[in-house]
Amino acid sequence: MDMQTLYLLVPLAPLVGAIAAGLFGKVLGRAWSHRITIALVGVSFAVSVVIFQDVMGGHIFNGSVYKWMSSGSTTFEVGFLIDRLTVMMMLVVTFVSLMVHIYTIGYMEEDPGYQRFFSYISLFTFSMLMLVMANNFMQLFFGWEAVGLVSYLLIGFWYTRPTAIYANLKAFLVNRVGDFGFLLGICLVLMVFGTLDYQSVFANAHNYVNDMAPIPGMSVGLLTAICILLFIGAMGKSAQFPLHVWLPDSMEGPTPISALIHAATMVTAGIFMVARMSPLFELSETALSFVMVIGAITALFMGFLGIIQNDIKRVVAYSTLSQLGYMTVALGASAYSVAVFHLMTHAFFKALLFLAAGSVIIAMHHDQDIRNMGGLRKYMRWTWITSLIGTLALIGTPLFSGFYSKDSIIEAVALSHLPGSGFAYFAVVAGVFVTAFYSFRMYFLVFHGEERFGKDHHDHQGDHADEETSHDHHHGLKPGQKPHETSWVVTLPLILLAIPSMFIGYITIEPMLYGDYFLDSIYIAEGHHAMAELREEFHGAFGMALHALTTLPFWFALAGAVSAWFFYLKRPDIPEAIKQKLSFIYTVLEQKYYFDRFNDWFFAGGARGVSGLLWKFGDVKLIDGFFVNGSAKVVGMFSGVLRGLQTGYVYHYAFWMIIGVSALLTVRTWFE
Amino acid sequence: MIFGYPLLSVAIWLPIIFGLLVLATGNDRNARLARIIALVGAVLSFLVTIPLYTGFDRLTSAMQFTVQNEWITRYNINYFLGIDGISVLFILLNSFFTPLVVIAGWKVIEKRVAQYMAAFLIMSGLVNGVFAALDAVLFYVFWEAMLIPMFLIIGVWGGPNRVYAAVKFFLYTLLGSLLMLVALLYLYHQSGGSFSILEFHRTPIPSMAVQVMLFIAFFMAFSVKVPMFPVHTWLPDAHVEAPTGGSVVLAAIMLKVGAYGFIRFSMPILPDASHYLAPVMIALSLIAVVYIGLVALTQSDMKKLVAYSSISHMGFVTLGFFIFNAYGIEGALLQMISHGFVSGALFLCIGVLYDRVHSRQIVDYGGVANKMPVFAAFFMLFAMANSGLPGTSGFVGEFMVIMGAVKANFWYAFAAASTLIFGAAYTLWMYKRVIFGAVANDHVKHLHDIGARETLVFAILAIGVLVMGLYPLPFADIMHASVNDLVVHLNISKIPN
Repeated sequence: MDMQTLYLLVPLAPLVGAIAAGLFGKVLGRAWSHRITIALVGVSFAVSVVIFQDVMGGHIFNGSVYKWMSSGSTTFEVGFLIDRLTVMMMLVVTFVSLMVHIYTIGYMEEDPGYQRFFSYISLFTFSMLMLVMANNFMQLFFGWEAVGLVSYLLIGFWYTRPTAIYANLKAFLVNRVGDFGFLLGICLVLMVFGTLDYQSVFANAHNYVNDMAPIPGMSVGLLTAICILLFIGAMGKSAQFPLHVWLPDSMEGPTPISALIHAATMVTAGIFMVARMSPLFELSETALSFVMVIGAITALFMGFLGIIQNDIKRVVAYSTLSQLGYMTVALGASAYSVAVFHLMTHAFFKALLFLAAGSVIIAMHHDQDIRNMGGLRKYMRWTWITSLIGTLALIGTPLFSGFYSKDSIIEAVALSHLPGSGFAYFAVVAGVFVTAFYSFRMYFLVFHGEERFGKDHHDHQGDHADEETSHDHHHGLKPGQKPHETSWVVTLPLILLAIPSMFIGYITIEPMLYGDYFLDSIYIAEGHHAMAELREEFHGAFGMALHALTTLPFWFALAGAVSAWFFYLKRPDIPEAIKQKLSFIYTVLEQKYYFDRFNDWFFAGGARGVSGLLWKFGDVKLIDGFFVNGSAKVVGMFSGVLRGLQTGYVYHYAFWMIIGVSALLTVRTWFE
Repeated sequence: MIFGYPLLSVAIWLPIIFGLLVLATGNDRNARLARIIALVGAVLSFLVTIPLYTGFDRLTSAMQFTVQNEWITRYNINYFLGIDGISVLFILLNSFFTPLVVIAGWKVIEKRVAQYMAAFLIMSGLVNGVFAALDAVLFYVFWEAMLIPMFLIIGVWGGPNRVYAAVKFFLYTLLGSLLMLVALLYLYHQSGGSFSILEFHRTPIPSMAVQVMLFIAFFMAFSVKVPMFPVHTWLPDAHVEAPTGGSVVLAAIMLKVGAYGFIRFSMPILPDASHYLAPVMIALSLIAVVYIGLVALTQSDMKKLVAYSSISHMGFVTLGFFIFNAYGIEGALLQMISHGFVSGALFLCIGVLYDRVHSRQIVDYGGVANKMPVFAAFFMLFAMANSGLPGTSGFVGEFMVIMGAVKANFWYAFAAASTLIFGAAYTLWMYKRVIFGAVANDHVKHLHDIGARETLVFAILAIGVLVMGLYPLPFADIMHASVNDLVVHLNISKIPN
């Protein structure tokens, strides 16, 4: 088979799986549905590996698959750009997707929507692959919206739950706010460059550095406007402040998709997009600065929220928000390769953490409250060890994959001189402590300490936040019941994800960050030195780990882990006391800085209010009431008058005739 | 003439003849026969239009498949038919919908079946006449005649408040149509005694004041049909009272004739007035997109909601026309086709629910997915298409129009793109309340999923929506020559400096 057929095979194989399980799921039955979808995603992964080798051999492909449409002199095409950035994303997407497919057999075992679920996750894999393989903005937008659609369908997978269908609508609409900016950005690109093809746009970008954006009434640089509009799209998809609000609620979806979509792949689409657009972003320091500040706010402030969450999935969700913030900061610091590197390592260890959380949830019979867990390490060996690996990777323990990526981000930010980089540096360093603290808080509460499961759950009745976030089908273990390790379809993916979580950073940091891996994919402008300086300081992966022992982030991480141990295992009374004393701060965190309240009141409520007003006064009262029915009345009145005129008396008619003739004569004389 | 017979005449008169045949079956004792004849007629009428597409010459912007016969020689009125890249797709769309409407009404309509089916067939022929007519008087005759079956459909098979709806419709449309007639007579005079629309395109109208007045006269006729803000309020009422089939044809086909009027008459005949008044047209279009989008949000009646959604989507059409570039005009035409599929499908979805529960109120539903999973899947697809999701037809036109709008003025695009948010909000919020959730009441509990007949209709529309979304080239390709020619023509002033 030639390479182009292989390129097509990668996205189409999961699509075929999705169609098979979706349309013929009933005929195929459960077993065949998962066999077919898993086999096809496996094909997709295997082919991606082949393509990876081909690309490493220096073969970059950029070509069209079919002509979508044309208008005027512009043609819109569906096509692929297969370079090293793409192929890395393809590997990550297909590998994590494969793991999640296998895991789903165990997680969704008892669910009546089994086939539907497999169909959705295969469809997601297809959409995500189309997104990363795109060679033009339009297809990017296609993939962008398609993954949003599948995310919507999957968050609302359990569609009878009010919380799930609230969360999925919210996710879709918040993402649409981002897409609003994204689409306008794409429109500006088309208008200015006359094409949506990446290569042509990137090649010409430098000609527009000094141009102003064609936006009447605003004087802003063209590329700045384009980049910020595109980034607004990324803020929606990658859940950056203030469009982050949908991601925690997306945890209403089944756990496998939290791992696949809301941790490893879809939410990183924004990061990928900005990295892909590096030839544009590099030309606007204002945009880069904006990106960095937004990322820093997300990295730090979303981390804080992770500390007080009690739902196991929500802790991981806030951690994801915070880590996405880290990646965004790296983008702002012109360290695109570092951002993508963190994207990759994060995909492995965060998917691992989510799937491990799912394993715990299965064992706890769908009780997700970490206050009802504890001591699980005795019952769930594999889940415990893999979770520990994931946690260590997340907090940046030297030699683990997360360490290499996160430490590189911190270093890169330190070297940035853009406005806002000081704040960003503070945020990412402080974030290290916060990350370690909430990660180990969760780890200790779940796997160590007193066994709190199998008790009456009415202890927490008075806790309103808990009721709000909890599911309506909290089962939990019955008194005396013990949790046990989940089946191999669940633990195998955990193990397969734990391996890269440990080693992938060590192996790949040198080629990806300091070698020429991204040479053809990522462009860095002359004046942005961060990566070059990092390269000079880099003396091998092991040396980097050794050196880290003397730096601030390492000690911050250690301090975070130790404090978590102290507060939640040693002296659990202290956090309680702090909660009482600092109830104001606690409430602010618990209310997630009041963003949801505000959005519900201002945007959702406001839109409904305005809508009602416009309808009642605009349409019903003014147009219909006054003009339409009013003119009907006027017609009625006129006809009354006319009826009155038609009296049947000849002298009345004669009178009007005289009036008419004289009027006509008058008009005639005027015009002469 | 191709294939030895005048295709356009057949496209117009075949459904009308079949309509009369159906009428001849008489009363409801022969209902089954009436249905079968109607279906055969509708399918045949669609099949005969296919050569219009396959035999269409894409390289020319000239009228094709023309038929010209003398009609009323004293006034130089001719039976003059022809289509170009702008009108060809609408004839296909219209003929495509007739069989679907017949199938959709197969079981639902039990009273006066023959008359019902006949009304749709005859209307189909008349609408084809509107799109094919190149003689202004012929156009006017079809334009007025097609209203009669629609009046009957709403009036006879409509809901309880049908009289108010019909009167409102009548008031709105009559005023406009009469002014258009005046404008046509003026143009007859001005062109030296011709009613040929093509002649009108060439007729010099050197005074801006006259152009503006003629524009307003046409505007009165066309804007009501589109409908544009602020003359849109008849539409929600008409939809609510109309039976499902009526709503489908009203939304999918009838709204298009207004927009078609703008692009066939107002713009090429009055290029200077069109440019002069473009800011007003754009403003009204954007109000339709934003204001109506917001108004749709709060509707409690599903049909009203989709009706408002239609108005909002048609705002894209008029916006696309009056930004005067190829993206905008092609986008607008594609939006018209797509809106036909999507709004037709959505009204059919509501019809499916109404047939079972006899309510259009959103609050009467909830958790329908539990009982009607197949239906829920189709409804989801059409809801997403209505929200303009890429990969569905709903995206193509909006995307192109927004592209075109950026060229004209960034802020036009900004306002138009808000539909990304509002369109998704009102559509998916409705979907959520109707389809998702736990089973809400006994009515929902006793729902049964769609049968083979309904599935067939939805599947055909779903394929249409997806094909057009994934591969719009065949739809766009056919209109290039005519649109490019129009864009050039629009920039040639009729007023000598």
